[in-house]
Amino acid sequence: MIQMPTLESLNFGVAFPALSLVIGAVLLLVVDVFLPERRKGLVPWLALLGVLVSLAVSMINYNEVGEAFSGMFIADPFTSLVNIIVLISAALSILLAMDYLRRTEMEHRSDYYLLLLFTTSGMLFMGAANDLIVVFVALELLSIPLYVLSGFRRPNLKSEEAALKYFLLGAFASGFLVFGIAMIYGATGTTNLPGVWAGTAAIVESASPSLYLLLLGVGLIVVSLGFKVAAVPFHMWTPDVYEGAPTPVTAFMSVGTKAGSFAALLRILVVGLPTLILTGATSAAWANTLAILAALTMILGNFVALRQMNIKRMLAYSSIAHAGYILMAVAAAGDPAVGNQGVQAALIYLLTYAFTNLGAFAIVIALERNDGTGGQLDDFRGLASQRPVLALLMTFFMLSLTGIPLTAGFIGKWYVFLSAINAGLVLLAVIGAVTSVVAAFYYIRIIVRMYLQEGDANIGTSRLSYTLGAAILVAGLGTLIFGVLPFLVADLTQGVQIVRTIAQIAGGG
Amino acid sequence: MDLMDLNEWAFIGVFLVIAALLPIVPIAMGRLLGPRKPNPVKTDTYECGIETVGDTWIQFKIQYYIFALVFLAFDVEAVFLFPWAVAYGGLGFFAFVEILIFLALLSLALIYVWRKGALKWT
Repeated sequence: MIQMPTLESLNFGVAFPALSLVIGAVLLLVVDVFLPERRKGLVPWLALLGVLVSLAVSMINYNEVGEAFSGMFIADPFTSLVNIIVLISAALSILLAMDYLRRTEMEHRSDYYLLLLFTTSGMLFMGAANDLIVVFVALELLSIPLYVLSGFRRPNLKSEEAALKYFLLGAFASGFLVFGIAMIYGATGTTNLPGVWAGTAAIVESASPSLYLLLLGVGLIVVSLGFKVAAVPFHMWTPDVYEGAPTPVTAFMSVGTKAGSFAALLRILVVGLPTLILTGATSAAWANTLAILAALTMILGNFVALRQMNIKRMLAYSSIAHAGYILMAVAAAGDPAVGNQGVQAALIYLLTYAFTNLGAFAIVIALERNDGTGGQLDDFRGLASQRPVLALLMTFFMLSLTGIPLTAGFIGKWYVFLSAINAGLVLLAVIGAVTSVVAAFYYIRIIVRMYLQEGDANIGTSRLSYTLGAAILVAGLGTLIFGVLPFLVADLTQGVQIVRTIAQIAGGG
Repeated sequence: MDLMDLNEWAFIGVFLVIAALLPIVPIAMGRLLGPRKPNPVKTDTYECGIETVGDTWIQFKIQYYIFALVFLAFDVEAVFLFPWAVAYGGLGFFAFVEILIFLALLSLALIYVWRKGALKWT
């Protein structure tokens, strides 16, 4: 007979940021169908309100620690920071979508914002998962609305192709995750992450043959989440989907999905399996695998991006490359001594990347013409003489993506490289540094086109709409503030100590 | 794990054997014992006793798909409701609240589908 939970043991309070967004999304679903056609303009504002409420709650309860739903959901600074990254991205991408949907005459299709809220709540649960089953449910909640959003620009064929491609491959990835969870359950007898941790420690100590089940399980989970974060060799879908999906969806996918999936990957690997250390090794068994993936991802992403002539495809390969840098931090977290530092570095990178990349995509949206053209690199020619402010901001975002000092991108790279070197992954750090130089080439190529080449950048919007302007402003400010005042991110991530919470569990049990 | 534990699993083994035999035995008996005198009518494609008309690769109305989806959602709801109802005595107030939330969410989905006009056959 299973123990029935009481209302107290559910402890709804600590899950409030995620729950408030889910409730908001469900309410908005009903409000949306009862709103008359001419009032549909309210829906994006209500969606934005829901996101901002959840964001405010996450910030107020930043340091709160607690478990909810019988230990399946955990709230700690890690959860809060992932919430903040995801919710800021969601808020910005709602602003982007308001402009984009109006110009592409899809304004009346307000289900866009509902789907966006549902996928956002999936990401929040990914960051708060303390149980492998929650990771799976959250991943589905994250993915299914995104499949629909990718095809939102029907009957545009490229958008439909993107949706189908993403759906078929994404379904495969979900299957891998379930297989991986089954293997880990088979080895440890539990899906609860602290339980998996204890089981792993026992298996490693007794050298029982269940070790192979565990290794297989970790491998399958890395494949599945590697697919979601677009790590090489599971990146094949990325350029096509990023190019075909509506641009605000691409912007959100490149940032939010990455944040959510990396959060789940960190939770599973660093909370659940840090003790999976084979005899004679100093760091966890998955660290080497991730280091190889990180190296491949950085090399392939950056080198293929050199050849792209379409800005969305270029940013797609750039986002693959950035996934490589974050993977480097995850690999570093495999070293028990660097565990927390690696996790913090990954989150800092995700935070700075969110602002920068959303800013870059916002400017791509401003340039995109209503028929979907205007996304070639050559369309940037002469932008500086026609729209000096946009060109200046685009320059700033490109420099931040490269990782030039005084931009947020530099701070992200700094922490990631630092954690890799501390974990002894010097070769990986060198590969990262060299590929960053390669990356500079294709980011600066855009700056050269804007400033030094003549052309008529006949851009999509004659005047920037207020929402798009606000999104660009927030993204620019975020990129600038975190770049100039790096201690802010250090303060923000100081409390993120997910490795220590395990030590506490071990001490208590 | 000693022999006693294995005995519990033996039921599954017996079940598997019977499950495999059930279809194999009649088919094999039909093959071995039945007379075989084929003619064109007997080898014809059989569709509920009616002669097949046209190609099998035809287009279905897309609305069937939406109806099937809605049906599936409520079918699955029933799958959850039955064990809940059977075990209700031992579950108490908590399970009651849970199932109400579950039903409320599904009802909202039905309202959404209805307002979107997906239930209208056009």
